[in-house]
Amino acid sequence: MYNAKAVITGIIVFTVLCTAPFWVGLAGKDYKSTGIVLPKDEKKCIESVEFMRKDHMRLLNEWRDEALRGENRVYTAEDGKKWSISLQNTCLKCHSNYKEFCDKCHTANSVYPYCWTCHILPGESK
Amino acid sequence: MNKSRRSFLKVAGFSVFALSSGIVAQAAVPGTANAKLAPGSYAKGDAALRARRWAMVIDTRKFAGPRDYEPLMEACRQEHNVPSIPDARNIKWFWLDSYEHTFPDDMNAHLDTKTREAAYPLLCNHCSNPPCVRVCPTQATYKMEDGIVAMDYHRCIGCRFCMAGCPYGARSFNFKDPRGFLPNPVPNPSFPTRMIGVVEKCTFCAERLAMGKMPACVEASEGRILFGDLEDADSKVRRALAANFSIRRKPSLGTQPGVYYLI
Amino acid sequence: MLEKLLSAPKTYYVWLGFLLCLIAGCATVYWQQLQTGLSITGMNRDVSWGLYISQFTYFVGVAASAVMLVLPAYFHHYKKFKRMIIFGEFMAVAAVVMCALFIVVDLGQPQRMLNVMLHPTPNSVMFYDMMVLIGYLTLNIIIGWVTLEAERLGVEPPKWVKPLIYLSILWAFSIHTVTAFLYAGIPGRHYWLTAIMAARFLSSAFCSGPSILLLLVFLVRRLTGFDPGKDAVKTLSTIIVYAMCVNVFFYVLELFTAFYSQIPGHAEPIVFLFAGHDGHLAWVSYWMWAAVAMAFISLAILIPPSLRTHPVLLPLALVMLVAATWIDKGLGLLIGGFTPNMYESITPYMPTVREVIVALGVYAIGALVLSILWKIAIGVKQEAGNFSD
Repeated sequence: MYNAKAVITGIIVFTVLCTAPFWVGLAGKDYKSTGIVLPKDEKKCIESVEFMRKDHMRLLNEWRDEALRGENRVYTAEDGKKWSISLQNTCLKCHSNYKEFCDKCHTANSVYPYCWTCHILPGESK
Repeated sequence: MNKSRRSFLKVAGFSVFALSSGIVAQAAVPGTANAKLAPGSYAKGDAALRARRWAMVIDTRKFAGPRDYEPLMEACRQEHNVPSIPDARNIKWFWLDSYEHTFPDDMNAHLDTKTREAAYPLLCNHCSNPPCVRVCPTQATYKMEDGIVAMDYHRCIGCRFCMAGCPYGARSFNFKDPRGFLPNPVPNPSFPTRMIGVVEKCTFCAERLAMGKMPACVEASEGRILFGDLEDADSKVRRALAANFSIRRKPSLGTQPGVYYLI
Repeated sequence: MLEKLLSAPKTYYVWLGFLLCLIAGCATVYWQQLQTGLSITGMNRDVSWGLYISQFTYFVGVAASAVMLVLPAYFHHYKKFKRMIIFGEFMAVAAVVMCALFIVVDLGQPQRMLNVMLHPTPNSVMFYDMMVLIGYLTLNIIIGWVTLEAERLGVEPPKWVKPLIYLSILWAFSIHTVTAFLYAGIPGRHYWLTAIMAARFLSSAFCSGPSILLLLVFLVRRLTGFDPGKDAVKTLSTIIVYAMCVNVFFYVLELFTAFYSQIPGHAEPIVFLFAGHDGHLAWVSYWMWAAVAMAFISLAILIPPSLRTHPVLLPLALVMLVAATWIDKGLGLLIGGFTPNMYESITPYMPTVREVIVALGVYAIGALVLSILWKIAIGVKQEAGNFSD
């Protein structure tokens, strides 16, 4: 191999740099809570906390397709409670503080959904 | 070229072929719905109005002039946060035009003055055979079971093929951010606006029908626009069509519009 | 073979640098379009497609035209084209890249572009168009690269590439047919609703594409001394003449149907294109008449063999031919399709300066791709001794 020393050193440096986030993460501190503020008046979301935390975005996609394409605008949750399918009029009823709820997690995870270019936030004023 | 490079190219070529044929194979099964994710179930609301084929009959004889349509247009704009943009890039859901422009094929020079000079309301015809649905490359626009031609603004890529496809000019493109042309707060905070770069149009108020309400323009027309099930021989629209002479826009194109005009 | 790019005269790098600067400049205007939407263009509610889509259409034709070299060379074993064929294939690559970019700049929501593949829709011609263009791009890159590599090594191209070449011949016809189907299947657009649209597209492509190729090859000959071969030029210009005659003939067929039937819908777009409306010529009318004049002058030069082989008249005729077909397909097709609009009234459209700049940026990217690919091809030809007679 030509320049074996330089090549091997290069590969090592490259690998270390690329995997750096993992090493830093392993060595790092505990996870920091995002400081998310839950709605005060409601205790339970439409499904379990675990499901909502993991799959709320997929659920929203499914809701959208069911409501817009199948005209199925009522969702019966696992516990039998019925919900009107609407991001704006159902979800945001309870989660009315999007800065303290949606944004906290989304920003921490570098997710920037653009729901609000169309959907209207409660009490929105520009 | 040495041997290893050649074999690499071979492998690469086959991979590209396999990948692209994979895409094509996937394309061969359209609309494959993903397995349901939510543990709950979906249904229509109890109050929802249902039909096998929604249709509209506009009794233009009962409108004296453009001013009579104003409350209807306003109701539509308020209901759906439709902006008013004062140029050729306007967003139109429910609007007025002359007889000549509305029914270009039926124009004759000696048409009675009243018919010729009247204003006629235009909106999406919710065709039975909609060209816009046929041409849309992403199924962002689609026909629902009840005949309503609807749109999913989340999926629209803004290619405007549907605008070229629609023979009725019923589709509008958001050349600019519509929020800039709406008051703040928007007229109806329970309905979304649209965003820049997508196409939009009349929805026959599908969201109102789901709540058991008639479309906004129908409600504001005070009985001068009828709305009902075209497949039901006993519906208001069928009775009106049976008893009166009616026309549709550009029937020769085979799109089967769902909006009828009593002249 | 990429090393061929490293040994070029200074002027070549200046040219690439110039193109990169031009692309960067035009990209700032596209950035503006991303921010403020397609309102920076001249398009509106009634004329909802404009310069971008028309350029896309034109360059699908240019891409397809490579088949005018490939078909005689591989179906009819016309050896004289062999030296030039790679330039046609690489021009097709550049043209398809431009097509893709013209579609992207035309989208209102380009970041959602892959929805076309995520939600495949076999009833939409746009979906097929995307598929066939990607396929054609892949085919031409593979075929071009492999045959060039074989030429460099002085061996016959590998056997497996032959079926791909035959496939690419059929594919070339299909890409432009599918593009015509974008227009020809739409009810209510009188100017487009014609069964001859695909045939017109192909004939226009098969004269304009090879003309562009010949002009560029003449330029390369002046710059590098590469000689495509006298017979090859002669044959290709004969092909161009036939295609252009057919192209003009097809347009005349449209005129006959429109004006003999006297169905207003058929005639009105053509009347608008050539005579404007209410006694006022539209801006596009001047262009359309210029196209008619150039089409006939170019034919007058190209038809007599003595003039066709003339070293000055031939390029001149080709330039006029390209301009005429560009106006027909790159301006007239879209404007005629949308005027009169669906209310049978007139909504004017004219591209804005910024729209033209964005289009220019796409042209520059096409030129960049072409310059890089052709440089490689020329380098290989020099090395392999297939450079001139």
